[in-house]
Amino acid sequence: MPSHRVPSEADIISTVEFNHTGELLATGDKGGRVVIFQREPESKSAPRSQGEYDVYSTFQSHEPEFDYLKSLEIEEKINKIKWLPQQNAAHSLLSTNDKTIKLWKITERDKRPEGYNLKDEEGKLKDLSTVTSLQVPVLKPMDLMVEVSPRRVFANGHTYHINSISVNSDCETYMSADDLRINLWHLAITDRSFNIVDIKPANMEDLTEVITASEFHPHHCNLFVYSSSKGSLRLCDMRAAALCDKHSKLFEEPEDPSNRSFFSEIISSVSDVKFSHSGRYMLTRDYLTVKVWDLNMEARPIETYQVHEYLRSKLCSLYENDCIFDKFECAWNGSDSVIMTGAYNNFFRMFDRNTKRDVTLEASRESSKPRAVLKPRRVCVGGKRRRDDISVDSLDFTKKILHTAWHPAENIIAIAATNNLYIFQDKVNSEMH
Amino acid sequence: MMLSKGLKRKREEEEVEEEKEALAVDTWWLDPGHPAVAQAPPAVASSSLFDLSVLKLHHSLRQSEPDLRHLVLVVNTLRRIQASMAPTAALPPVPSPPAAPGVADSLLASSDAALSASMASLLEDLSHIEGLSQAPQPLADEGPPGRPIGGAPPSLGTLDLLGPATSCLLDDGLEGLFEDIDTSMYDSELWAPDSEGLKPVPEDGSGKAEAPELDEAELDYLMDVLVGTQALERPSGPGR
Repeated sequence: MPSHRVPSEADIISTVEFNHTGELLATGDKGGRVVIFQREPESKSAPRSQGEYDVYSTFQSHEPEFDYLKSLEIEEKINKIKWLPQQNAAHSLLSTNDKTIKLWKITERDKRPEGYNLKDEEGKLKDLSTVTSLQVPVLKPMDLMVEVSPRRVFANGHTYHINSISVNSDCETYMSADDLRINLWHLAITDRSFNIVDIKPANMEDLTEVITASEFHPHHCNLFVYSSSKGSLRLCDMRAAALCDKHSKLFEEPEDPSNRSFFSEIISSVSDVKFSHSGRYMLTRDYLTVKVWDLNMEARPIETYQVHEYLRSKLCSLYENDCIFDKFECAWNGSDSVIMTGAYNNFFRMFDRNTKRDVTLEASRESSKPRAVLKPRRVCVGGKRRRDDISVDSLDFTKKILHTAWHPAENIIAIAATNNLYIFQDKVNSEMH
Repeated sequence: MMLSKGLKRKREEEEVEEEKEALAVDTWWLDPGHPAVAQAPPAVASSSLFDLSVLKLHHSLRQSEPDLRHLVLVVNTLRRIQASMAPTAALPPVPSPPAAPGVADSLLASSDAALSASMASLLEDLSHIEGLSQAPQPLADEGPPGRPIGGAPPSLGTLDLLGPATSCLLDDGLEGLFEDIDTSMYDSELWAPDSEGLKPVPEDGSGKAEAPELDEAELDYLMDVLVGTQALERPSGPGR
């Protein structure tokens, strides 16, 4: 974020995504802008910039729109960005707001032709009488220019708000999901899409459940999963039927009777679902926990991790101030051994699935100078309090880390804290407790 | 002597308290001993969870394009709260003292029906967002009076108690609430008086996508009716 601009609401980061190699990192914000960072190659000549990320390109992806038919303003906020696997020198990504998905192509230009016959250096047409001989333009090196152009606009596919997009492993199709429907698109065709899931009831007053997130399986192009506001996951097989309203598998954990409250349903609502890189597991985030599910077991998750259990006794207040509706994302590391998710007070949490140890870290300017080691944080719930502990009542609920991403191969993580982006590399303090 | 008198007075006070508690709607969230409440900011402590949920519901519906997830979650939570307040609820009660016999079933039913009617019609309006070219669906879809509102989950036992007697109550109870809605675009033959077989609706119609503005007095009235401290009567709304 440029330092001369006063941060505004438009600068709030709304999505973060590494590309498939981790070389590029894209962020989207509330103002409809996309900023792409590129990792500098590590070189002996500049040892201090050890693979750091610098701004590569910035462009306006979506503009605010007005739907005249319904008298509704359509927000330009970027809800999700997904990279396409790279197939040539260019990079491509999909970005979406509530209603429209766009395919952007990012190309580099580091040479330009010089010596045109009809135009001069500034591009002005030459006086033909001065042209006495023909020359072949020559490509000369120039300063790197990154060009971004919109190649496809996938509009009018959704009545409700798009919450997720996911590129299929076939690299030809992708899906977009809103509150009630999921559509399948071909990347080259913008004027039509196939509806593959529709949970809209005949009478809207019967509506009790909405779709909250969805993702294609990383290897099986016919499989995808979608989560609901009631905490269930549905795995669907596109080979079984054209309309995937009937799930192949339903993953649901029965409610714990000892923890039952008026808010049970709200806190069970799944805010994010991610397949593991291996494709064997799914990771879900609900309000208080992250859960790992084995695709072969529908009855319950195989692992459950408490993100901030100390909030369970505060659900009433969190309902009152709407924080209970916050949607946190979750992420796997490259080897599927560690999972990460955000929390409040600019805290984020990591859970090591093998050692069962976890750590709470903070993303803030004060606690992380460049190349400083992150110090583990602790939230105390009364009782003995250590010196640097934060008490539950001092947590800042306006500082929420909703969006996080993990480099596909290395221990590099990107954390969005409101309008600031933090990138932490492997020098992170590995002390887990 | 003084001590025993003091003790006796205390016991009587306690008995009176218990009676009050028995009459009151379960309000564990107001109990200062409850951990959830202990941390609540003062603003929450004075209103009930039910009121809060109704406010959230209306606020959500007032948005030009409601966040469906938020809306659905609030509605479902409101249904849970309603179910726990009704003595004949099919859902197992949330840990709380049962509502006292002082609350009349019919009062609860009609108030629930009033709320459910407004919720149902407001949710129905969401389907209008999809295509304005569709004519507003007549409320005939919801079935004649005397039957539960179409599609209501069976666990809401109170809705089954909708009877012909409550139709007048509905008319009276809701008239004031919908007075300020401009429904000129919905004035059509569909709302003609000969459609009396339809579920009763307020005279002003309820097809507008915007929720009625419930002011504090009317919310208090709703609460009082549910608590049973006030018999159902015509509210003294604006313009009366």
